[in-house]
Amino acid sequence: MAYFRSNVLVCSDPECIGKGSANILKSLQAELNSKGLADEVKVMDTPRIGDCDKGPEILVYPEGYHYVGLTVEDIPFLVEEQFLKGRPVNKLLTPPKKEEAQELSEPTSKEVRVVLRNCGKINPENIEDYIAENGYAALAKVLTEKSPDEVIQMVKDSGLRGRGGAGFSTSMKWALTRDTVGDVRYIICNADEGDPGAFMNRAVLEGDPHSVLEGMIIAAYAIGAQQGYVYCRAEYPIAVKTLEIAIKQAREFGLLGEHIFGTNFSFDLEIRQGAGAFVCGEETALIASIEGKRGEPRPRPPFPSVRGLFGKPTNINNVETYANVPQIILNGPQWFASMGTEKSKGTKTFALAGDVKKTGLIEVPFGITLREIIYDVGGGIKNDLGFKAVQTGGPMGGCLPAEFLDLPVDYERLSQAGSIMGSGGMVVMDEETCMVDIARFFVEFIQDESCGKCVPCRVGTRRMLEILTRICEGNGRPEDIDLLGQLSVEIRQDSLCGLGQGAPNPVVSTLKYFRKEYEAHINGKVCSAKVCRALISYEINPDKCVGCTLCARNCPVNCITGQVKKTHVIDPDICIRCGICKQVCNYEAVLVK
Amino acid sequence: MNTIKSLDDLKRIREEALAKRKFTETSGATQVIVGMGTCGIAAGARETMKAVLEYIEAKNLPNIVVTQTGCIGLCEQEPILQVVISKKEKVTYGKVSPEVVKIIMENHVEKGEVVETHVIPLQG
Repeated sequence: MAYFRSNVLVCSDPECIGKGSANILKSLQAELNSKGLADEVKVMDTPRIGDCDKGPEILVYPEGYHYVGLTVEDIPFLVEEQFLKGRPVNKLLTPPKKEEAQELSEPTSKEVRVVLRNCGKINPENIEDYIAENGYAALAKVLTEKSPDEVIQMVKDSGLRGRGGAGFSTSMKWALTRDTVGDVRYIICNADEGDPGAFMNRAVLEGDPHSVLEGMIIAAYAIGAQQGYVYCRAEYPIAVKTLEIAIKQAREFGLLGEHIFGTNFSFDLEIRQGAGAFVCGEETALIASIEGKRGEPRPRPPFPSVRGLFGKPTNINNVETYANVPQIILNGPQWFASMGTEKSKGTKTFALAGDVKKTGLIEVPFGITLREIIYDVGGGIKNDLGFKAVQTGGPMGGCLPAEFLDLPVDYERLSQAGSIMGSGGMVVMDEETCMVDIARFFVEFIQDESCGKCVPCRVGTRRMLEILTRICEGNGRPEDIDLLGQLSVEIRQDSLCGLGQGAPNPVVSTLKYFRKEYEAHINGKVCSAKVCRALISYEINPDKCVGCTLCARNCPVNCITGQVKKTHVIDPDICIRCGICKQVCNYEAVLVK
Repeated sequence: MNTIKSLDDLKRIREEALAKRKFTETSGATQVIVGMGTCGIAAGARETMKAVLEYIEAKNLPNIVVTQTGCIGLCEQEPILQVVISKKEKVTYGKVSPEVVKIIMENHVEKGEVVETHVIPLQG
């Protein structure tokens, strides 16, 4: 049976027919044909959709858009927007769901925008816009009034810690690089941002690139570097373009190059692009990549501050770390240190994703609780379902259950709870999430991205993935939980770099807080969240099925049989658990067990 | 050229940039700003920008400055379009498809009537 990417049901209830739905169907089909979409979008009539007083009406799957009150004139526009561009036509939808817009009416006063202060407010391709917002005033102050040591002291007093995930003291890193004997030093900006779903760095690179450049130039002055690199992942072409424009303009304005601000300080920088390797976000692998070698980490010491790029002392910091520097210089270290907790000063950007109502980028001071982030800033769980867990820090982060909702967010406390800060990814999970599947998902990602250099990571994560996959497929064994625990300890202790060391975190945290789910999968072969396909089955409830044949017609593997107006039956041996029958059924007759 | 050789140079450029802004505000010019970060473009901001420019050209509207900006962080509301008329407060619209562009240009930009149904109030 041909598989259509979209199915359209046109209501042919007598009331809708009376309102012209037959013409709607004809003109829909004709318009789709003329746009060459007839093979992708299937149009069929259906006995009843339900809102016939607002007819003619159609239902578009898989999204479930319900268009009402259609006229033949609406069809060409509808086809172009909905089927060609994939955008729903709001004015034709049944009572427009504008709750998202209304929910944003309470401004989230919990946010403090430091790094993101200019994003969305200036034209990133115009350096003058940045200068109008006091851009490069920090650099001017530093070059004309401060010595390199004084700059490092300011950064130290602010308490700035690296925002890439490790949270190492920025001033200490700068000082170490500065103190290493030698004439040549390098500055690198880590803009690889590989965590799936994280885009904090991208927002800054695309929206306020000069803040990063200014931070790097100040760092270069403090450390005594002459050349810098921005290592940006190739998957961010717009960020690369915006950076190129910014660098060009900065050079034109004499802010990069020889004798900046008429002083003896000269510094310039280049962009280098990544090529899709998550591990190249790790500092030594990144350096290897710039050097033209395969992106593999190496043992430390020696740290890059002592021997880094091309064997020279190198300071490598994250985009966000640099973006904070100009503000610290302009507003003073005390201002920065007044925000946050005792050991984690300042603010942090987070990419809030998952099952929250308001996903997107936020910036909050350290010390704010998870509850405030998820419910106040994020607007709560989508569809008002229950909260199950929040994962912080990206694929090497841990999942924290509801008992941690009042945990103030800072480096130490997240670590103690079994997770990490990471670069700022935060994925919220509702009650319909399977935690075993989540662990499997992240281990699969890490396994894919492992560079393969060391055995604990290369082989260890593969073994973990095999075990987790078996469990999700219903073939878990009683000894699997202990085996996972043992593997986790070994992989963490013996891996060469942070990727391997952090790889067991999703497994360890889900085992610790959601052990019952693992046991249910292994012993009872049950996935209570009804996610793991091998452990669920789809059935039709004979009490609700009216025999409209909709499910049978939409089933991609043709496993539903039944006559018109008679109860239909799903063949469990053929069923692939795709869920389409449940989506298209208007009578809630499909059950997942 | 614009080479900054001293603190005074920087101050001068800053003042010029601020003056340019003030001029745009007081001269009665209207600013239309389209979010063109990756999230915006993924949501169709290029079409939105095109619709804005085409509308201005078709109706020959004078005194309009169209610029772009990056990601504000409300990625679910992209494409985002902002309108600033002279000294009035910036109004931010969400989910601005080319079709909604026409509504906003006609009502807000030309007649000065904010299109409440599409507004998303921002903080700060």
